[in-house]
Amino acid sequence: MDLVWDGIAQAFWLLVRGDRETYQVILRSTQVSGMATVLSVLVGVPLGTLLGLSRFPGRNVLIALVNMGMGLPPVVVGLLVVITLWRSGPLGGLHMLYTPQAMIAAQFVLAFPLVTAFTLASVQQLNPKLRTQILALGASRWQMLLLLLREARLPLLAAVMAGFGAVISEVGASLMVGGNIRGLTNVLTTDIVSATGRGDFARAIALGIILLALVYAASLAITTIQQRTRPS
Amino acid sequence: MSQPIIEGHDLQVVFGGRKVLDVPYLAVEQGEVLVIVGPNGSGKSTLLQVLALLLPAAGRLTFAGEAVNTRPDKSGLHFRRRMAVVFQEPLLLDTSVRENVATGLKLRGTRGHDLERRISLWLERFGIAHLAARSPRTLSGGEAQRVSLARAFVVEPEVLLLDEPFASLDLPTRYALMGDLKSVLARTSTTVVLVTHDRDEALALADRVGVMLSGRLAQIDRTEAVFRSPASEEVAAFIGVENVLRGKVASQQGGLAWVVVEGRILEAVSELAPDTPVLACVRPEDITLSLRRAGETTSARNRLAGHVARIDDRGSQWRVVVDCGFPLVVLITRQSGHEMGLAPGSEVAVAFKATAAHLIPRA
Repeated sequence: MDLVWDGIAQAFWLLVRGDRETYQVILRSTQVSGMATVLSVLVGVPLGTLLGLSRFPGRNVLIALVNMGMGLPPVVVGLLVVITLWRSGPLGGLHMLYTPQAMIAAQFVLAFPLVTAFTLASVQQLNPKLRTQILALGASRWQMLLLLLREARLPLLAAVMAGFGAVISEVGASLMVGGNIRGLTNVLTTDIVSATGRGDFARAIALGIILLALVYAASLAITTIQQRTRPS
Repeated sequence: MSQPIIEGHDLQVVFGGRKVLDVPYLAVEQGEVLVIVGPNGSGKSTLLQVLALLLPAAGRLTFAGEAVNTRPDKSGLHFRRRMAVVFQEPLLLDTSVRENVATGLKLRGTRGHDLERRISLWLERFGIAHLAARSPRTLSGGEAQRVSLARAFVVEPEVLLLDEPFASLDLPTRYALMGDLKSVLARTSTTVVLVTHDRDEALALADRVGVMLSGRLAQIDRTEAVFRSPASEEVAAFIGVENVLRGKVASQQGGLAWVVVEGRILEAVSELAPDTPVLACVRPEDITLSLRRAGETTSARNRLAGHVARIDDRGSQWRVVVDCGFPLVVLITRQSGHEMGLAPGSEVAVAFKATAAHLIPRA
């Protein structure tokens, strides 16, 4: 039990003392996963809306791909991104491997199918007659889409949370494409892996607690937005 | 007469190989309340959606003289914004009542003081100002439909299209809301097209009535004209003329015809020539019923002797089927039924005016 208490005590000290390195890791985790989530929302919400509202040949094939994307193993994504960015790989010229940008790219690949699938489900659960009603109110097609997304905002926020939650707690891909370079590409999850490997359980537990707190803070923020936007 | 606000030519909608709408011509006059009645599935909602530019159709449409594309596209937006639609289901947005009423105006770019003033005005007119901050999910059906109506009126549309707006409301709420709609319409000059399966709504609200049967407009005319002189047996049956009697014109003089129905002679106002096979339509509420002493016969025209074959209790009214050689349906109040001690088998006499009988030539 000492192990656990030590960890909690150390986490407390790391935060209270303002350990610069710890804060940097927290910040990097938030930035990398936050940016990956933002990009996934920018791609996933329009894509999910399109898949949810329109009918075209090949739509089912795309939806099946998106659903498969929800179950992508992070290590496979990591492997693909590493191969792509490898010096002799197709995008090797970008010299992006082992940078935070590479991690954002890998996390984006993991998160956007989630956001797309959740968006698809969100817009499909809306009453189909709502589109006609909104058009009847005098909406242009763009205004209709925006109003529909506003109607689906609660499940859409869940989509954002699902995307962020998945990538901030992911380790395989981040480790492979980032390399866990101290002060450059180490994030909370990769740091926990290496601390545990070193036998530095106290630090690993401390970072684990911080990671949980971070995820909770994000979900609290989203929940607050969700609940505030509904009139009583 | 001024130009119709909406004019449709050869409007057709085909679903799965079946023509659900086939209207060669329809004009909606400026400022009128046109009620389209018809049974469920007759295509009346389809017609409304075509007029609202929400459903593509074959044919031509003009709005205030301008040609409109009947296959809704971007150019349709300009016309859609001059109309408003209320559906049977209010389908309010997940925001406050006030924001719901604001939606149409905001979509049209109305802002600021004008926006606030108009929202408040229409919340007030439909008696929902006290609900402004509420979520639609907490509203009753009647309250929600009021919001839906306010949301449509607030944009001050040139044409208001109403699709069974009262159908899912309970009776007191329905009457209250119809009353409110009537008084609102009295003070605006909005053109209204209302679609309903309810004849009473047509009688209560319409300047003109169109009867929609199997995708076609079987008749469209002034309300009284449609209800008094249905154009066909089907129209008569739908608008509630329960007595449609097969007969033949025996003679006609000066607009008064004598019709033989099952060996009895009826008098009707008609210009039809002798020997024309006809259907004589008599509305149940236009027939009076009185008791007859046993053995008494009657020779007066349009006064027929018979006996009560059946009584259907319809609450405040009784629907009495009188056998007078042919069945004749009569509506009487429950009270007068009790006073007469009416029961199946009672000997009765029925009478109606020559103007209450309407003749339709039969093919």
